[in-house]
Amino acid sequence: MSHQVPSIRMYVGVFAALLIFTATTVWVAGLDLGRLNTPVALGIAITKGSLVILFFMGVRNNTPLTKTVAISGFLWLLILFSLGMNDYLTRGWLGVTGR
Amino acid sequence: MKEAAVHQEPSYLGAPYGLAAWLLTKDHKRIAILYLISVTIFFAIGALFAATIRTELITPQGDLVTADLYNKLFTLHGVVMIFFFLIPSIPATLGNFFIPIMIGAKDLAFPRINLLSWYIYVVGAIVTLSVVITGGVDTGWTFYAPYSSIASNTNVTTAALGVFITGFSSILTGFNFIVTIHRMRAPGMTWFRLPLFVWANYATSLIFILGTPVVAITVLLIAAERTLHLGIFDPRIGGDPILFQHLFWFYSHPAVYIMILPGMGVISELVANVSRKQIFGYSFVAFSSIAIALIGFLVWGHHMFVTGQSIYAGLVFSILTMLVAVPSAVKTFNWTATMYKGSITWDSPLFWVLGFMGLFLVGGLTGLFLGSMGLDVHLHDTYFIVAHFHYIMVGGGVTAFLGGLHFYWPKMTGRMYSEPLAKIASMLVFFGFNLTFFPQFILGYMGMPRRYHSYPPEFQVLNVMSTGGAAVLGTGYMLILIYLLYSIFKGPKAPMNPWGATGLEWKIQSPPITHNFHETPVVTEEAYDYIHAPAPERALTPVSPREVTHE
Amino acid sequence: MSNPVSGAKPHPKLQAHFHSMEQQLEASTLGMWVFLVTEVMFFGGMFMAYLVYRNMYPHAWVEASHELNWQLGGLNTMVLIMSSLTMALAVRAAMLGQKRYQIINLTLTILLGCVFLVVKFFEYKAKFEHHLVPGPNFDPTLEQGMQIFFSLYFMLTGVHAAHMIIGIVMMTVILTMAARDSFNAEYYTPVEVAGLYWHFVDIVWIFLFPLLYLLGRHGA
Repeated sequence: MSHQVPSIRMYVGVFAALLIFTATTVWVAGLDLGRLNTPVALGIAITKGSLVILFFMGVRNNTPLTKTVAISGFLWLLILFSLGMNDYLTRGWLGVTGR
Repeated sequence: MKEAAVHQEPSYLGAPYGLAAWLLTKDHKRIAILYLISVTIFFAIGALFAATIRTELITPQGDLVTADLYNKLFTLHGVVMIFFFLIPSIPATLGNFFIPIMIGAKDLAFPRINLLSWYIYVVGAIVTLSVVITGGVDTGWTFYAPYSSIASNTNVTTAALGVFITGFSSILTGFNFIVTIHRMRAPGMTWFRLPLFVWANYATSLIFILGTPVVAITVLLIAAERTLHLGIFDPRIGGDPILFQHLFWFYSHPAVYIMILPGMGVISELVANVSRKQIFGYSFVAFSSIAIALIGFLVWGHHMFVTGQSIYAGLVFSILTMLVAVPSAVKTFNWTATMYKGSITWDSPLFWVLGFMGLFLVGGLTGLFLGSMGLDVHLHDTYFIVAHFHYIMVGGGVTAFLGGLHFYWPKMTGRMYSEPLAKIASMLVFFGFNLTFFPQFILGYMGMPRRYHSYPPEFQVLNVMSTGGAAVLGTGYMLILIYLLYSIFKGPKAPMNPWGATGLEWKIQSPPITHNFHETPVVTEEAYDYIHAPAPERALTPVSPREVTHE
Repeated sequence: MSNPVSGAKPHPKLQAHFHSMEQQLEASTLGMWVFLVTEVMFFGGMFMAYLVYRNMYPHAWVEASHELNWQLGGLNTMVLIMSSLTMALAVRAAMLGQKRYQIINLTLTILLGCVFLVVKFFEYKAKFEHHLVPGPNFDPTLEQGMQIFFSLYFMLTGVHAAHMIIGIVMMTVILTMAARDSFNAEYYTPVEVAGLYWHFVDIVWIFLFPLLYLLGRHGA
């Protein structure tokens, strides 16, 4: 694993981007975008999180194994969310009383 | 690679000497022994609860214990057996002992964290078992809300916190294994030269990491609801108790794979050895471990078919459940194919293999019955389920644990146990087990519900058979404890490779030195290279202690 | 995997079962990431509950979010992002063997963490005063679902705050070690690994802020 020392400029740049995204998410939350509000908010949060992971945590320079590990947690959460919501969103679909 | 024929270095058992040296050890082998002693004690405690339950069930009336006490008994039986015995059993004992050796390393990646995991386990166990003195817990090991979060007036919070603490022990073990297997393999030890035991524990570690935290937060939420009124599952304020079940089973289903995968790893080692043959379809068996771990996360709703979960979701979970059976079947076929035309050795390890294959087969197939929603409606919460999971966890998991313990006993202790007694014990266990649990399939099919301390008189005969079987099973277990303990003091000294097995662990002295290897091995042979393996260094028929000369 | 340079004395911090500092650092970094996956799943269980109940009680969710002070939440977000910057700079300083900058940046990180906790304390106090703490004192006139929102609010931010406290304690230990010259360009593993943990705690908040505080701004 090569250790090129990251530049201060890069860190400050990422920091500035994070602040801008934070301000953006606050501003967008004040607009009524209907059903788009949630995806936009999540999209911004995911972008911010990715910046922290890739740059502050250095995953951009890590081994493929570390990258796989980092992504696996979020993927696993997606399994919990999707199969779990599969229950809540389909209650009443098959016309059996109470189910 | 040769090991020095005369050992100038003492084994890990002898040096350094003293209680403090054991309790503050960083040696993965000593930590494995600490775990072995602990899990044996907890097995005995869980077995005592089981014995009481089976004694109560001899008669149809609830006459030995009250209904409330019965609820506490089966709860603690489940909690102790699952969290303090089965989950750590193979990984923390055989896994801790052998994974570094099998990959050619001197220790795990994080030895102090390994020791910490044992201490956390002990603390978690003490906290959980403290409820035995303070009034017990009666929710069932499944802690279902809203009974556990609102209605039960037993020590749910303490038990939940104890389980929470213990979860960290598993997480630390899993994390140690993953980093070790990725980063500390010896030169030449590629992934596909690894023993399948290592693959199995790696897959188990994936489950430790991805699943345990979810049950941790879930039991914490129960504790929070009880103590801080932070109602997440409380129906009175609009909460959904089924959410508890989703979160609980998201871990607890994969947990059952934690409880069987390491056993399957052991069986792979034993099957190759008793057949003196390369495992048929090595890479299929290796990938099937990973597949079980991953697909195992997609099926949890099959525990919830009748709870109020949407039927459509039940359908999805049912199909996925059928899918998860496939990799297990792959393993079973491959083990059988390995033994076919193998050079079968009629030693005690074979007995454990055969016992496992038969019992796991029954347990696994009955899982398919339960995965089918239509059948599950009738069989859920009956003794059919109880029989199914005991076939897998006891018939499969405990048998594999015992098989591994026997197979690796000479390496870990440097002593051989009594072969004739081992054969007798394995047959007692097999017979006793079937007598205990097969009648329970019939009872469940006939409609006897689980977790009841009394039942209609027509179920008595089967219940008495089951209790009789439990007595035989218990005798088998006690016999094992006796001859294994005896062998430590009076057993013949074991040679380096009594079973003529392949693998780095059989090329070092029995018991190993603290750093495992005098120099880092360089691996050039493929896994299970039985063509070039030495013959077993002990006679195939038992020898008396006087005839054996060692090393 | 690299081999140790023949004839070189092993680094005093190299543990016996590793064969090079690089292997040790890689193992530790991988280990921390594996641990962070467990943290993702730990918080994830609560995010699942959030998802389920937001879907069940969308209006109550908006009403409840309205009760939270988004300005304080936003301030805390900025505070944590800044602390991630100082943390990253501290790791960089450790990599370069710059003791002074390590100390400055670690101290700033700790201070910013404390600011976060102080703001949280005032937020919690306000909830208590407004009868928004679930349990017997919860305002009974509020819509069904709001009590669950607040239960999740307290659990999520409470568990997060607990992680912050652990992080601050850890950073104080690292700071002490840095002040005692424990680290240099060949050995700074604890700083790097602690930094990963700190950034993770920041990421959790990055998600908590919009999901908890920003729903009530216009009513979704």
